[in-house]
Amino acid sequence: MSQWIKACGIDDIQPNAGGCVKIGEHQIAIFNENRETWYAVQNMCPHKQQFVLSRGLIGKQGDIPKVACPLHKNTFSLQTGEHLGGNCAYHLRTYPIRVVDQEIQICLQDESPSSSATQTTQCETQHAQ
Amino acid sequence: MNKQRIIVIGNGMVGYKFCEKLIDQDPDRQFAITVFGEEPRPAYDRVNLSKYFAGSTVDDLTMATREWYADHDIELFTGERVEIIDVDNKEIESVTGRRMGYDKLVIATGSSAFVPPIPGVDKKGVFVYRTIEDLDQIIEHGRKVKTAAVVGGGLLGLEAAKALLDLNLKTNVIEYNPRLMPRQVDQAGSDVLQQKIEELGISVLLQKRTDAVLGNGSVEGVAFADGSQLDVEMIVVSAGIRPRDEIARKNNIAVGERGGILVDSHLQTSAPDVYAIGECVVFNNMVYGLIAPGYQMADVVVDNLLGGDKEFQGADMSTKLKLLGVDVGSFGDPFAEGDHIDAVSIRNTVKQTYKKIVVDRETNCLIGGILVGDTSDYGTLLQYTQNQMSLPECLEHLVTPPASGAASSATELPDTASICTCENVTKRQIIDAFEDGQTTVDQIKSCTKAGTGCGGCVPLVTDILNAQIKKSGGEVKTALCACFDHSRVELAERMRTEKVKTYWEALGRFGHGGGCEICKPAVASILASYQNDFILNHQNIQDTNDQFLANIQKNGSYSVVPRVPGGEIRPEQLIAIGQVAKDFDLYTKITGGQRIDLFGARVEQLPLIWQRLRDVGLESGHAYAKSLRTVKSCVGSTWCRFGVQDSVGLAIRIENRYKGLRSPHKLKSAVSGCSRECAEAQSKDFGVIATEKGYNLYVCGNGGMKPRHADLFAEDLDEETLIKYIDRFLMYYIRTADRLTRTSKWLEKFEGGIERLRAIVIDDALGICEELEREMQHQVDTYVCEWSRVLDDPAMRRRFAPFVNSDESDPNIHFQPERGQKKPLVTASSTEVHV
Repeated sequence: MSQWIKACGIDDIQPNAGGCVKIGEHQIAIFNENRETWYAVQNMCPHKQQFVLSRGLIGKQGDIPKVACPLHKNTFSLQTGEHLGGNCAYHLRTYPIRVVDQEIQICLQDESPSSSATQTTQCETQHAQ
Repeated sequence: MNKQRIIVIGNGMVGYKFCEKLIDQDPDRQFAITVFGEEPRPAYDRVNLSKYFAGSTVDDLTMATREWYADHDIELFTGERVEIIDVDNKEIESVTGRRMGYDKLVIATGSSAFVPPIPGVDKKGVFVYRTIEDLDQIIEHGRKVKTAAVVGGGLLGLEAAKALLDLNLKTNVIEYNPRLMPRQVDQAGSDVLQQKIEELGISVLLQKRTDAVLGNGSVEGVAFADGSQLDVEMIVVSAGIRPRDEIARKNNIAVGERGGILVDSHLQTSAPDVYAIGECVVFNNMVYGLIAPGYQMADVVVDNLLGGDKEFQGADMSTKLKLLGVDVGSFGDPFAEGDHIDAVSIRNTVKQTYKKIVVDRETNCLIGGILVGDTSDYGTLLQYTQNQMSLPECLEHLVTPPASGAASSATELPDTASICTCENVTKRQIIDAFEDGQTTVDQIKSCTKAGTGCGGCVPLVTDILNAQIKKSGGEVKTALCACFDHSRVELAERMRTEKVKTYWEALGRFGHGGGCEICKPAVASILASYQNDFILNHQNIQDTNDQFLANIQKNGSYSVVPRVPGGEIRPEQLIAIGQVAKDFDLYTKITGGQRIDLFGARVEQLPLIWQRLRDVGLESGHAYAKSLRTVKSCVGSTWCRFGVQDSVGLAIRIENRYKGLRSPHKLKSAVSGCSRECAEAQSKDFGVIATEKGYNLYVCGNGGMKPRHADLFAEDLDEETLIKYIDRFLMYYIRTADRLTRTSKWLEKFEGGIERLRAIVIDDALGICEELEREMQHQVDTYVCEWSRVLDDPAMRRRFAPFVNSDESDPNIHFQPERGQKKPLVTASSTEVHV
């Protein structure tokens, strides 16, 4: 079962930047392009397992929206969570995200609380346009 | 057609090599070859003579069998020395009376061991180490005795020592010089060599001149010039070699003053059609006692005989060998000295290795070097020396391979160099990837995994890629990133002249695409260098350190460094720092820049900490920024009995003038109050040393990863001129340096070097100095402490929180105690927290 959960308000996240929301024990990094297109991925960088990705710079590699980890500049696709340096051992969990009445919502899959932050299960990603 | 006859006198290694080369290069066999050898057997491998003691047989050592000579129609007379050369009639006569005419004659009689005229040297039990007969006698005598000494600690002496050791004799090596192998290695190299040799049980006696061989008929010991004695029953003399030139002397062929058959560059002697090669030769006053030059000489003569015009140019005395199990290499001129000669050496006392390289700073070439204990770099270093290759920026990388990411001179690294230590990728793998069509850094990363770990090697990977692109005739892009085709310098110039105010304006006007983590901070830095509006007005293009005005640490916590201008701090400020550290449980450490670093702050604590620091007048130290860090000072003339100027006062003035100045990379400075240079100003981007008359300004020094001594830029300046020059220097650096390029690297790539820089900054060669000064004055006038701005702006303060939807602290940041303070805990406990 999956459920949409309120993460934060649109204004809580700076334009073209990121912020971290804490939902239960989950840390989720939320990013946006011009507060129009939104992305949600795990906040933990799989390289050194630190919860820092929301503080990374975002940008584009071609058409792929990406985030660069502030610690060592590993870059990840915000759409698929894929490591853009091609190291498939590093893969971000991505979360469906949508905007409803100025409220950002994230869909958490029904899952065991012990599932690993670095697991590579693909999660369908939606873009709230 | 009658064949021409070539007679070769001497059948040693060089004489044999001459035959071999002639046969190879003369398939039509224009020449009939006759060889006379004095020894009873065909040429054998004298270089590896010591193997004879370790079980090799004469057959093992023989260069080629008698059958080989027969198969190639070479007439070989062994045990038959040639006595007479009749140069007029072109005939020779051997000791047996055999006469034979020649068209061309090649003398390759080699050398003999030099035995100095020491009293008693003719006693029984004194040997030389040269021929298989010598060895047989040494073995015979060695069975009857227990102790032996080699007189001479050179290359051959150590070979002989190995032989004696193999005979289970208690072995001593006696050397007149203060070091072993004096022609090849220096004292430090000798020390390592000696240590390793002594571990084998050989005693080494240095600085011992042997005055007499003692004993009644047979050897009982040696007496030294210093009055001491050594009891031994056997001596091998290895004091050098003498060219075997007697055949030339007897037959009126010219010899050198100190022996050796004189030859020209075609290796022709004074007699027509008579050549000489190998160790019997003196060329340009030099006797070449190594095998490689002898082979080169053989090659030259073969070429000349077959109509070529090759010349012998003298030979490199570089050598690499294993002596007593110890690898020793010596190349080029390892003893060169002079004004622009530098040496870099490293001695590893654990591994017992020693490496030294000698460099000519003017030509930036390697002149020579020494390797003891590990000669694996010999080939690479020899390449540098012989091909006059220009050296990597960081010389010590030639003696110790760089750690991942530490080198920028990628082209000079060997293919086997490990570039990415996280993913274990070698330079070769990167080159292979390029050759397979991966032409961007991203593609290389994706294909090889290099740079996908800590990322520290990405600059190196980029350098390697660029070098390959250049090599294959392609053009290296200097583009800042995928979003901007301009270099940082070009972009800075357009942004400066067109007064661009935001990142998005720059991207829209000069770039394309969606921006990235490279161009965002670069543009932010340029904006700050020229506009100097509040950093956090551009928060979403700043790296995390500039976003939070603190230094992110490995566990996501931050460190705080208040500015301490010139290192001068009031007690109440010190107390406040201490109290803050205590109240927020921060790890404290004195930095290298005379400041105090407070570690382990959570992001939400930063404004609270700064509130307290501001209360005692402390400002941001910009330790998080590519900007001025510290201006270090010594205590200066105010207190110091040597000081000639107030270095603290000047350091404070300089630090306050340039604080907050964003630049392509961080800037460090120092002021020393006298020439004792306690503030280490010559290792800074710009440094000042006080003189009796004023100040000397030094620029472009660096400590850190690539140390570089600063260049003296201008002397005896008054304070105002000094400040003016620094203003211009810094703004010119900001204008023309590439992204993340320190001043030292900038200057190294700067066309015209320090002279040109002086012309621009001092003589205003470009007519821009007024503009540079104006730009700097704008920076100085618009400075505000960034932390102070944040504290006064509630909206800004709210951004310092780990979560946007909760007031909680980040539960995943953990610490543990160490030495009475705390340190980050980065273990499974933080990795097992789940999303």
